[in-house]
Amino acid sequence: MTILVVAEMKNGAPTALTREILGLARTLHSDINHPHPSPPPDGEGTHSFPLRGKVGMGVVAVAFAPNDEALADLTTHGADRVYWCEQPEDYDGESWLAAVEQLARESEPVAVLASHTTSGADLMPRLAFRLQTGVATGCTAAQARDGKLLFTRACYGGNVRETLSFGVAPAVATVKPGVGIVTTHTHAPDVVRVSVPAFNRRTRAVARQQETPDTRALEDAKIIVAGGRGLEGPEGFRVLENLAEVLGAAVGSSRVPCDLGWCPHSWQIGLTGKTVTPDLYFAIGISGAGHHMAGCGNAKTIVAINTDPDAAIFRDARYGIVSDYRKVVPALVDALRTVDRT
Amino acid sequence: MHIVVCVKQVPDPEAAFSMLKVDEEARKVVPASGLQLVMSPFDEQAIEAALRVRENGTQAKITAISVGPESARNVLKHALAMGADEAVLVLNEGLQDIAQVTALALSRAIRSLGPVDLVLTGRQAADWDAGVVGCGIAELLGLPVVTFARKVEITGQALRVERVLADGFETIEADVPAVVTISNELGVPRKPTLRETMRAARKPLAVKSAADIDLAPKDITRFAAVVTRERLYVPVKEATCEIITGADERAQACALAERLHDARLI
Repeated sequence: MTILVVAEMKNGAPTALTREILGLARTLHSDINHPHPSPPPDGEGTHSFPLRGKVGMGVVAVAFAPNDEALADLTTHGADRVYWCEQPEDYDGESWLAAVEQLARESEPVAVLASHTTSGADLMPRLAFRLQTGVATGCTAAQARDGKLLFTRACYGGNVRETLSFGVAPAVATVKPGVGIVTTHTHAPDVVRVSVPAFNRRTRAVARQQETPDTRALEDAKIIVAGGRGLEGPEGFRVLENLAEVLGAAVGSSRVPCDLGWCPHSWQIGLTGKTVTPDLYFAIGISGAGHHMAGCGNAKTIVAINTDPDAAIFRDARYGIVSDYRKVVPALVDALRTVDRT
Repeated sequence: MHIVVCVKQVPDPEAAFSMLKVDEEARKVVPASGLQLVMSPFDEQAIEAALRVRENGTQAKITAISVGPESARNVLKHALAMGADEAVLVLNEGLQDIAQVTALALSRAIRSLGPVDLVLTGRQAADWDAGVVGCGIAELLGLPVVTFARKVEITGQALRVERVLADGFETIEADVPAVVTISNELGVPRKPTLRETMRAARKPLAVKSAADIDLAPKDITRFAAVVTRERLYVPVKEATCEIITGADERAQACALAERLHDARLI
């Protein structure tokens, strides 16, 4: 049985999310091969696992990279085999699609997994239609149970969850951060060089522009200070930046401030923005609507500062202060400086 | 140039979530009576993108198209009032509300419109939030697709799209015909003027059935079979929030800093 993972590389190394997805693939692989005993629905007999059966290659990563230097990292984190396409690591939809489609046809995987990024969310729906299967985008959970692969994802602005199963193989899914657990895998590196099959190029990236060079920090940050509509203007972010500085935190935003131009769009956290999984998340002037929580709900601890005691954010938060951020945040900056010294 | 914009009717995503009920048994979301059904916001931005292309000097006919129930006429009327020229409603009777089926129906309906140069959709619909249909239409029609656009420009037959990335954007060039999915970074869509709303009443709105667009039940069944919605539910939240009170903001801030420090979070 084979699970195919589309790796994303950044600055010559697999992204943190790619490592998580390799871990997830290992878990699914092991659960399919050794299903947890669960009572069959009709009370007798043993469960067959239609996903099993075909002898495959295990967890197989496909990586687009200019050289094979960082590919061993994919093995260390879970890949039994790595297919390597020698080309720049920047996402190129048409060549990635051609290569992944061919590898999926050849290796007949039970699942093809990718990161839920602007790359994966572009690639995987197209792949699904080519392979005449379905696709679960932005998954927040995945498991193998009762002979099915089940993928859970947020819908209705993050307020509802749906769990999808697949009627045909392979299951195609994009996965969010915080789903898979990074593992260590002992396996001899098995890198197979493949070339992108011929395809008719119809789109061309002519320029790439970085607007916020430090946004990587948002996805990797241990602490995030995020502001929302309740900041009431761009100057609110200056207040938040002071807090971020003293905490060594990254600054983020809900969608409204981005749309209003109070901060760059790349700061947006939520259903249509980034998904972050920090240890500590300050939601300041953020109401806590489902679409925002879809991007930060997996933060370990949420602190909410809001003038509205009925704001939904207080249902997600561990600590809350009902007050004006203009007063609380500067006071908190002072208090943290004091704590730092003790 | 013929631009087709796909729009979907959804429960107002700005409304309080309490207006929606999840029927876990039927695996359906049931809007409360009184909840407004509106055009999915990204689709509104897709209409806006089409109008901007026309305003920037490309002569274009803009057709808005929707797969939905009778009530979806309203979102098509909204599209016409924003400035679209024609509208097509494909009635969703016998069509499951899953992305593969919607993409199939839209691709067939678009094909039935004759030559089309540009197909625009929202990056995802505000109900299922899947972001699959635009890519599906492109694959089924054999067209290139550019996703997550914040700007769409047409010069002659050349398409130029600014595509949103995690840390900025990239510029993608292609020739039409092509599909582009529009992201919220495009900006605020216009509100229909009274004059346009009056004019919209006289614009053509065609209503078609699945059979009218050459959609056979066996195709629908095949596309619907690829995924099954096993469960639909509202996640349970355990409210464990400690509201930190104090004499003033300074006291509250100090208490919070202490909590965070003790929990080794800072």
